[in-house]
Amino acid sequence: MLKYIVRRTFWLIPVLLMVSLITFTAMKLVPGGPFTREKPLPPKIRANLEAKYHLDEPTWKQYLRYLWNLLHFDLGPSYKYYGRTINDVMFGGGWLKAPASVSAQLGLIAVLVAVGIGIPMGIISALKQNTWIDYIAMFISMLGVSIPNFVLGLLLIWIFAVKLGWLPVARWGSPSQVVLPAITLGTGGTAFIARLTRASMLEVIRQDYIRTARAKGLKERAVIVGHALKNSLIPVTTVLGPLMAAWMTGSFLVEHVFAIPGIGKFFITSVVDRDYTLIMGTIMFYAVFLAIMNILVDISYAFIDPRIRYE
Amino acid sequence: MAVRERAIARPIELMRPPTSLWRDAWNRLLRNKMAVTGGTFVLILLFCAAFAPWVAPYHYKDTDFRNTRKPPSWEHIMGTDKLGRDVFSRIIWGTRVSIVVAIVGSLTSLVIGLTYGAISGYIGGRVDNLMMRFVDVMYAFPTLLFIILVMVVLGPGLMNVFIAIGIVAWMGIARLVRGQFLSLKEKEFTEAARMVGARDIRIITRHLLPNSIGPIIIAITLRIPHLILVEAVLSFIGLGVPPPFPSWGQMVSEGWRGMKATPHLTIFPGLAISLTMLAFNFLGDGLRDALDPLMRGTS
Repeated sequence: MLKYIVRRTFWLIPVLLMVSLITFTAMKLVPGGPFTREKPLPPKIRANLEAKYHLDEPTWKQYLRYLWNLLHFDLGPSYKYYGRTINDVMFGGGWLKAPASVSAQLGLIAVLVAVGIGIPMGIISALKQNTWIDYIAMFISMLGVSIPNFVLGLLLIWIFAVKLGWLPVARWGSPSQVVLPAITLGTGGTAFIARLTRASMLEVIRQDYIRTARAKGLKERAVIVGHALKNSLIPVTTVLGPLMAAWMTGSFLVEHVFAIPGIGKFFITSVVDRDYTLIMGTIMFYAVFLAIMNILVDISYAFIDPRIRYE
Repeated sequence: MAVRERAIARPIELMRPPTSLWRDAWNRLLRNKMAVTGGTFVLILLFCAAFAPWVAPYHYKDTDFRNTRKPPSWEHIMGTDKLGRDVFSRIIWGTRVSIVVAIVGSLTSLVIGLTYGAISGYIGGRVDNLMMRFVDVMYAFPTLLFIILVMVVLGPGLMNVFIAIGIVAWMGIARLVRGQFLSLKEKEFTEAARMVGARDIRIITRHLLPNSIGPIIIAITLRIPHLILVEAVLSFIGLGVPPPFPSWGQMVSEGWRGMKATPHLTIFPGLAISLTMLAFNFLGDGLRDALDPLMRGTS
């Protein structure tokens, strides 16, 4: 097991190198730079600025310099937020208030909502297959998958904040400000997980060992909880990796609609501003986060299904 | 089984009358009410996109400054926006954007994914391993950021937006095709074809590809709502379709600021996106249920 984890962690290095190389190359192909303005800067100032940020060096040298700094967990200076480093822009501000932390909190709550509602919904649907409960649950989850979250977010704001006045319209900080964004972010995933759980549960309860469990006289509840549940959760666990990575690194739309100070906005603004180091920082952060989540998912398989072993 | 699989590819060669598996699948699809509803809606969308100038009561650019921000009425069934343009007409014209992104995006991801997956699966071995590792790397990119990056690299232009969306969506198809090819190339009919001296290209186009077509259709159909969503998101942010041509995402974003006074400007385009995605999802689900029995045992 430990050997497996170590091997997976080492495999991360070439993946991250590739990701950084592709991003770096794409970035250099982009027309315009961080100092391109509608009114051009005087050449002298521009040259000075480029020298300061080493933009006058050959591209390969810039890339190696970036990698070297990355090894020291230094993501470099921001071109857009003058005088601040990317580390500060993304992670500065304390444990609770840092943009990366705000995004992670919102994402984690949304994941908990999705898992907490989606899995029971899927199980009940599967156990009541082809009854009206199943039909309604699956129709609702189809709606949930189909409504884009920015539309859902605006709709929720309009109903619960503007019309009814029950919850605040936007911003971040108090528990009541968490409700709407968490629902907005979590709905699609909840619906997706419900559909996945249902499909997987339906497959599991047709297996021989379930028939055996029933044949030896176990109560239905014991059959489901003891034998079917764990096995039906494997596909759900698989999607949790990418899901957590996508949500906990910040959703641009949800943060945009609810004016939440997370890092989701950097996924758009960094490219628009040509803030090279911020583009790299955001992509690398996402890639590392995703990789770690996927390793955790793989490890959790072994706990869910003892038949899965890693040598 | 091999004979029946051949039948999918070339029904004409079959001895018995072609009450083929495709027809069975078609019948199964027609029995699925949700899929039929979704399919009908998609057909209506296609019709609106093709004949927008005749379907829409007004032109998308027609302004009427005496009638701005009006709620729905008999004259304007979905009201008018801040320039007095008819919202219903703009939504009809907007179908063009969603349909084109669905077609161009699917084609782009299909061409790249199919080629990549076919090469990887057919060659197999080390090459396959290396090519699939690259797919893993591609999955490590955050979708939206990468699309925008590709868009900026490709330069301005509506088609580039659609192509960028497709470029980022090919990995799923590649994995699927590769898996199909890996298993199909071990089947007896492939061996038989090779035995009689068929060349690689013939085996791929005549044997492997036709037998993978079902799962590919399912994957593409289920991918379309995602493509439409991404375009809506880009236009919502202001990076997609440039005004004045209407796109649903852009209309939602324009209506959003005045949501309190004129909710219809946000709700109707939002509804259009949601219903379209719902229709494609139902259709895709129905297609999968209809085609799946046909694929059972082949992969």
